[in-house]
Amino acid sequence: MAKLLMKGNEAIAEAAIRAGCRYFFGYPITPQNQIPEYMSKRMPQVGGTFLQAESEVAAINMVYGAAGAGARVMTSSSGPGISLKQEGITYIVGAELPCVIVNIMRGGPGLGSIQPSQSDYFQATRGGGHGDYNMPVLAPASVAEAAELTAKAFDLADKYRTPVLVLGDGMIGQMMEPVDMPEAFPQTVPEKPWATVGWSDKSARPRAVVNSLYIDPKVLEQHNIRLQEKYVKIAAEQVQVATELTDDAEIVLVAYGTMSRIARSAVRAARAEGIKVGLIRPITLWPFPSDTIRQAAKTAERFLVIEMSAGQMIEDVKLALNGARPVGFYGRMGGMVPSVDEVLSEIRKTARKGE
Amino acid sequence: METKVLFAGFGGQGVLLMGQLLCKAAMHEDFEVSWMPSYGPEMRGGEANCGVVVADEPIGSPLVTEPDVAVIMNKPSLDKFESQVRSGGTILYNSSLIDRKPARGDVRVIAVNCNDIAQELGNPRVANMVMLGAFNKAATNLPVESLIGALRATLGESKEKLIPINRKAIETGEALV
Amino acid sequence: MAVVFEKTKALTDATLSYCPGCTHGIIHRLVAESIDELGVMEKSIGVAPVGCAVFAYDFFNIDMQQAAHGRAPAVATGIKRVHPNNVVFTYQGDGDLASIGMAEIVHAAARGEKITTIFVNNAIYGMTGGQMAPTTLVGQVTTTSPYGRNPELCGMPVRMAEMLGGLAGAAYVARVSVHNVRAVNEAKRAIKKAFELQIAGKGFTMVEVLSTCPTNWGMNPVEALGWVESNMIPYYPLGVFKDVSKDAVLASKDVSAKEAN
Repeated sequence: MAKLLMKGNEAIAEAAIRAGCRYFFGYPITPQNQIPEYMSKRMPQVGGTFLQAESEVAAINMVYGAAGAGARVMTSSSGPGISLKQEGITYIVGAELPCVIVNIMRGGPGLGSIQPSQSDYFQATRGGGHGDYNMPVLAPASVAEAAELTAKAFDLADKYRTPVLVLGDGMIGQMMEPVDMPEAFPQTVPEKPWATVGWSDKSARPRAVVNSLYIDPKVLEQHNIRLQEKYVKIAAEQVQVATELTDDAEIVLVAYGTMSRIARSAVRAARAEGIKVGLIRPITLWPFPSDTIRQAAKTAERFLVIEMSAGQMIEDVKLALNGARPVGFYGRMGGMVPSVDEVLSEIRKTARKGE
Repeated sequence: METKVLFAGFGGQGVLLMGQLLCKAAMHEDFEVSWMPSYGPEMRGGEANCGVVVADEPIGSPLVTEPDVAVIMNKPSLDKFESQVRSGGTILYNSSLIDRKPARGDVRVIAVNCNDIAQELGNPRVANMVMLGAFNKAATNLPVESLIGALRATLGESKEKLIPINRKAIETGEALV
Repeated sequence: MAVVFEKTKALTDATLSYCPGCTHGIIHRLVAESIDELGVMEKSIGVAPVGCAVFAYDFFNIDMQQAAHGRAPAVATGIKRVHPNNVVFTYQGDGDLASIGMAEIVHAAARGEKITTIFVNNAIYGMTGGQMAPTTLVGQVTTTSPYGRNPELCGMPVRMAEMLGGLAGAAYVARVSVHNVRAVNEAKRAIKKAFELQIAGKGFTMVEVLSTCPTNWGMNPVEALGWVESNMIPYYPLGVFKDVSKDAVLASKDVSAKEAN
């Protein structure tokens, strides 16, 4: 199939449809508007449902209902809207429903800006809502990868009965790049005997109750233990990471999403100057590729984390290294994007520290 | 090889389309491409711009902060972006609408009176295609057929009748450089 | 032995968690009987709220989902869009529906979402211990209106049936009560009709049921039933506020007739 030039937002939407998603509930917010717009056009063509909800709160609860009814379903938003969705997300976690949520990040806090940012990392990787939970967080670095990871998110969601977050930023959402998308992504959809589809006492399955309330603390603890066991399993099975030039690297950069591309350009420029530098790009932010970070510490003397935030992922890098190596940071905030030159200059500074 | 191009002008001048056509044509020629629009508040004020990167290896940053080539369709964009162009780079500017020359001495400057030419060709709306032709000749040198193919794919079958005038515009633009 | 009475199959055998004298139990039974009698038990999906009816998923013997506070209409929308041929209903109290969930219920009605909402209005937050609700009457003492509801501070109680009945998407909106046998029979007819119109695909349907809260009202059950009649019905008139199955003139007459009673 021929390559298409697509916007990140549109590629995410099309990939969802080609991964079997037939229900989308959303609410407008920049810079993700092309997702609902695209869905409103495409869903009727494939016999699916697009509904513009009255709020992000309503949208995520519609997702809850549709997921609980057994459908592949998705919503998308940006920071302010994702904050509103947190209520629904924690209920979805509690009720163990599969769904895909897309956050095309913009600058915060508050209404912030509409420019690209990575300042929702903590919200994404620490759960976000109330209660003890995590969810897989996939961070694409290109439009093609945004499509691929969105499709994968549906399988992960169904496999583990969990919401899965696709975490992009305004750059990924708005930019156009070539995408080579299959007619249909391979889909693994398990049986969903827990879904509410209508029941009678003659049904083979027990009556379905989609619920996150466990009023007896002993029972709720058991539920939590089961959730935590699930997270251990996901962490063991689903870490995804890309590395480049790390084998002999004395300095290792860690960056994700669009920042990893800028970091990559800076790494190449630094290599041309003779600085032994490499790049680790976490693709899953949760589970975090801690082993890869520790592995790199065998050769690397210093780490440098690059983010479009005040420094959030750096905490995961430090946790992985547990003090074994110094970890530096360079970031811009509020929708400002670090340039290749800025990152290169940080690499040079880091290299000088090592001398 | 990596060429970073900025297209800037008023909304409605076809600035975003120029960038997309360049991407599609370059993609057809097996280059890596990225297209990044400005989607900030200024788009509400009527200004539009996009950055395109064409490269022969995977593209790092899709942001065009220091363009190799700037294609400037109106005066506010010249005022805003002239200083950002890389030293040794190129500025193509719409001399039909911009009443001053770029002041930079360290870049190649190409004046394209694309609105006047479009008028002469009989369709004022193809001014951006005249400019795209001039740009392509000056910077990327992609086959005209690739640009036409990109346009065809973008316009769709129902607008096939517009292809000849656009081809004429691109070719006229190329001949200027 | 001849069977003279049988409990509806649409209720489980679980013991209801409601306080003595609370009319939630009656309303549960009316809803369950309606579903049973219409023969749609196997395709019914209910949505439980947050509030006293939070455990409704234990009581209705059908597939159930439990929703976040106020969001039941959004959850029901998600379910109904996935299974348009199923019968989907929400069961919500006044805090859930008329306060935190105001946006969700208004927009579900505005969209003409083909669901049925059973709205239990007892003029108070029961589960959390008797706080003021949007439907709390003027002067009514609650734990957060210890001097009585003051309309200067809190405005007037919200009449949901009147509000939602005014929306084009609503197919059937009625207010009923369960404070005596005649009212219970009326309530059953309204609930069954709401489900029938949902099944016929007419649009959004809601039955507001005036209910008691002896515990938080500080009354015995008999006094509470009397309070519904003497205090609630005068402010919340019983009647049909929208019924697309009748013509508009008849429907409005219905309301005025009830109000005159």
